Amino acid sequence: MAIPKVVGTETEYGIFGPNTPDFNPVLASSFLINAYAGSLRRIRWDYEQESPLRDARGFEPVQERQPVDEELGLANVILPNGARYYVDHAHPEYSTPECAGPRALVVHDKAGELVLERSLEAVEALMPQGERITVYKNNTDGKGNSYGTHENYLVDRRTQFTRIVRDLTPFFVTRQIFTGAGKIGSESARGSEQRVAYQLTQRADFFEAEVGLETTLKRPIINTRDEPHADPERYRRLHCIVGDANMCEVATFLKVGTTALVLKMIEDELLPDLSLENPVQSLHHVSWDPTCRQTVKLLDGRRVRPLELQWEYLDHAKKYVKENDATPENVEVVQRWESVLAGIEDDPLSLHRELDWVAKYRLLTAYRERDGLDWRDPRLAMIALQYHDIRRSKGLYYRLAASGRVDRMTTDQEIRDAVDMPPEDTRAYFRGRCIAKYPEAIAAASWDSIIFDTGRETLQRVPTREPLRGTREHVEALLEASETAESLVAGLQA
Amino acid sequence: MPQEQEQKRAQRRGDEAGGSADADTAKASAKGQELTEEMDEILDEIDSVLEQNAEEFVKSYVQKGGE
Repeated sequence: MAIPKVVGTETEYGIFGPNTPDFNPVLASSFLINAYAGSLRRIRWDYEQESPLRDARGFEPVQERQPVDEELGLANVILPNGARYYVDHAHPEYSTPECAGPRALVVHDKAGELVLERSLEAVEALMPQGERITVYKNNTDGKGNSYGTHENYLVDRRTQFTRIVRDLTPFFVTRQIFTGAGKIGSESARGSEQRVAYQLTQRADFFEAEVGLETTLKRPIINTRDEPHADPERYRRLHCIVGDANMCEVATFLKVGTTALVLKMIEDELLPDLSLENPVQSLHHVSWDPTCRQTVKLLDGRRVRPLELQWEYLDHAKKYVKENDATPENVEVVQRWESVLAGIEDDPLSLHRELDWVAKYRLLTAYRERDGLDWRDPRLAMIALQYHDIRRSKGLYYRLAASGRVDRMTTDQEIRDAVDMPPEDTRAYFRGRCIAKYPEAIAAASWDSIIFDTGRETLQRVPTREPLRGTREHVEALLEASETAESLVAGLQA
Repeated sequence: MPQEQEQKRAQRRGDEAGGSADADTAKASAKGQELTEEMDEILDEIDSVLEQNAEEFVKSYVQKGGE
């Protein structure tokens, strides 16, 4: 039952005008995206079949459909690398193209940061005197407002949703020990609080439910949005909203690679019941404990450290990979996972080259020591924010990387290539190459369609409902042989 | 019994790791000194790129909630 884990992330970026008193983030986001996209902004997003309010538990709640950003005239573009770049809730949002594995996802996730940086460069010349825009790949303003970094995984539709909830929840609660991006203090909808000096994640504070459809308030650990953008009979797109935005490549690789393996094991019904007694409370408690030592309570009464649950998931994953799925990439996921868990077991602070929460903590601690600062000093808050600045010359993660203080898994060249070129092994290839080759002949596009305007009376909608079709192997020859969109469409129909 | 010991060990490690806001033992200071020396270069660099007026900047950084 386990199917390939095609994966993509959607990142809402923080956007700010430091010396612009009436800064409008919606307009600024649109401005930023349009400056980057240029003439590609003419192509519309094809909203047909989008149903974000359909719930995986099987009913359609009666609610008003939100006004689509397209109707508001806001930027919404598809890029030649197959990504979607658009305005969502007053943030620029970058959705990576579909990737066939975690390593490709890391490359494309980082490419998103480069797209944002290039967008800033593009608007710089157009800004009024003295004004500027800053952009952050993080999840909170520290004042009770949060924005998301979502992961999407392709899952077999036949997998029982209740099983996904049962087995994924304890995993999401405990993976925070390596996926967290770190945060000073704590917060709630009421604003900032001081429950802890420093915690593992940006997002945990904003989660109040175990399962649900909401994404902007009363956020649930498991989101039930059922919008597969693919054949709904065969596929589910599991939409995960509980993670942090990561800058560290190893952290991103593990976040996605481990979750993908856990989902495969869920599809094959291989995991035992590790249910927590109170998952939401445990999510908070795990995040609030940077020592990673405090225990959580399972439904069966046992108290275990989050690390122990992670060892259990890892043990099952090692067996699973060995017996079913020993690709070099899966082997690497399991090896790095084991190495990170061993590091946390020994001393979590040893992982400052791999994990964002540790890298950031180490930087903050060094500053505190050097300048005798209290945790509440605004300079520390500034450092914590600027860690996520996407400008390579100013972002503190990037300064750490430039000085060789964090581990890389990609090369800068790979990232630059991914800004222009789609992955070769998913339908993103077809989408990206069409956008690059026939931009003037495309009226609209989406994850599962391209609508060509070849000058005929009617438009021609080419569905792309299979995430693993439309790859380079499938369509390169036809693309190269088709000078025009017209001949491409004719070739597809042949 | 062993559980209590475990918890006490965990507590001490928690303090060493700086998990609480006011853990200022001599041991923590010494460790901090080492860390600062190692990080000197990068801290200097960060000094030069960090946004000026941290208090103002951080105070005015407000976002609309997203997903």
